[in-house]
Amino acid sequence: MPPVDVAAEVTSNQPLSADYNVLRLAAPTIAAAAAPGQFVMVKAGLGHDPLLRRPFSVFEVLRDARGAPKGISILNKRIGASTELLYAARPGQRLGCLGPLGQPFVPVDPPAEAWMVAGGVGLAPFAALAESLGGRGVRATLFYGARRAAELFYLDFFRDLGVELVLTTEDGTAGERGRITAPLERALASRATVSPGTPGAPPMMYVCGPEAMMAASAKLAMRYHAPCFVSMERTMGCGLGGCYSCVVAVRGADDRVHHVRSCLAGPVMAGDQIVWDS
Amino acid sequence: MDLSVRIGSLTLHNPLIAASGCFGYGVEYADLVDLASLGAVAVKGLFLEEREGHPPPRIVETPAGMLNAIGLQGIGVRRFIDEKLPELRARRATVIVNICGTTLDEYVELARILSDAEGVAALELNISCPNIKEGGITFGCSLNGTFDVVSAVRKVTRLPVVPKLTPNVTDVASFARAAEEAGADAVSLVNTFLAMVIDVETRRPKLSNVVGGLSGPAIRPIAVRMVYECRQAITIPIIGMGGIADARDAIEFMIAGASAVQVGTASFVDPFIWPKLLDGIRSYMERHHVARVADLVGTVDTGPRSDQP
Repeated sequence: MPPVDVAAEVTSNQPLSADYNVLRLAAPTIAAAAAPGQFVMVKAGLGHDPLLRRPFSVFEVLRDARGAPKGISILNKRIGASTELLYAARPGQRLGCLGPLGQPFVPVDPPAEAWMVAGGVGLAPFAALAESLGGRGVRATLFYGARRAAELFYLDFFRDLGVELVLTTEDGTAGERGRITAPLERALASRATVSPGTPGAPPMMYVCGPEAMMAASAKLAMRYHAPCFVSMERTMGCGLGGCYSCVVAVRGADDRVHHVRSCLAGPVMAGDQIVWDS
Repeated sequence: MDLSVRIGSLTLHNPLIAASGCFGYGVEYADLVDLASLGAVAVKGLFLEEREGHPPPRIVETPAGMLNAIGLQGIGVRRFIDEKLPELRARRATVIVNICGTTLDEYVELARILSDAEGVAALELNISCPNIKEGGITFGCSLNGTFDVVSAVRKVTRLPVVPKLTPNVTDVASFARAAEEAGADAVSLVNTFLAMVIDVETRRPKLSNVVGGLSGPAIRPIAVRMVYECRQAITIPIIGMGGIADARDAIEFMIAGASAVQVGTASFVDPFIWPKLLDGIRSYMERHHVARVADLVGTVDTGPRSDQP
């Protein structure tokens, strides 16, 4: 379906911390069409300042009592003018919401396992993905790292879906102290002796977070022969391929490095395709 | 109501053009926008060869505007003709091809190749991109360079030739005059304003290219002034642009002297802006009893103010 632009009503704004919130938007058409990993372009205010829309992963697909899609939520972190406005958005307010856009995650089916690897606001695409994986009966684990315990969000949501949690914090206030790539590497190493396609073999990895964390995770995936998709975050102007702002360096079939637009070729891209040190 | 405008030998059925560098190769928007409903589509600047452009970050937002330093990433003219032009033809788009070279010969070669391609309506000469070191703007910042590149291209093509002028000069009207004397069919202006944004926390520029071009509503009054100045200086048509975000803005450019307008940054924000712009222009024409949109061009009244004694 081509993307649509709707003036989506804010149905709720749930603060998660002093910097993070979940904004729920009434957008049934987008909700019905969105696949996990796709994104929307949201205009945070009216008028010319801030001017551009900002991209957000579809965090959750919201449904009514009968299960029909009625809206989406986005996970927002205050980092600039637009995200500041979205942190302060009030129920009843309408926001321009264009989507769904981009390439979704490639799903798996049992007996394959799925490991979601999230860093900070990189949790954004995984609520919808976890629901979808649950519906397929796929065994899923969420590796989730944050600065501190108070910035680990939605843990019960994932537990209720039967997702196994592996947590790290930089200050050690929850889970293991350090980075999420440490338990990720141990888990991959424990599977390394098992041949692919059999239970316990390397799982499908889905990664979203800071660039360095995605690079490290994608390299681990290559070392342990796990298939791996990453959700790239780039500054976007339009989300539609018009502006060429959001490029990612990839190695082409000709072995040369090319810039591809992450709004069209991504945001979900194969981790082994990306030139991480460019 | 007549919305058609003339750009040299080319008639556009309305004055709205998707701005080069802001609309990909047009095909990206083919499922969202009826490309045939636009006056024309100016495709992303093309060199002879493929280019990868600058590393990200390539854009940064500013008050009512944005800076970009894409670095003219592009697929090159041959791939454009093979891979994009057929779909643009099938969608019945009026295609303006924006071309850029590092030497005079490259502009000439591009013009030759595109003159033989089916479905090209006009050539826009990019002599004004602020984001690449070689070529382009070195022509656009010199009166002789502007004259030379326009006259060289003029000699090898029958397509309308439209140099796109930079605002990063002291007197843009003198460049418009040089283009006219060299045989340009029209000029388009303005390209972006060279600008810079620094992250004060890290003391690093926010763009990988350090500097970039400012576009968006923030630049509109300067662009309108430049179109107005050029209108006084030349007789060939002007394609005006710079921060147009609604129909009133488009009309303002036409009253200042533009025969047609390009819209870029605003279509990033609202890809569905085109029918809204057309409706707004139509309703303005109704309200002001304007039968032909071309009758608005250059009608700014700078005489004594009637509200003053």
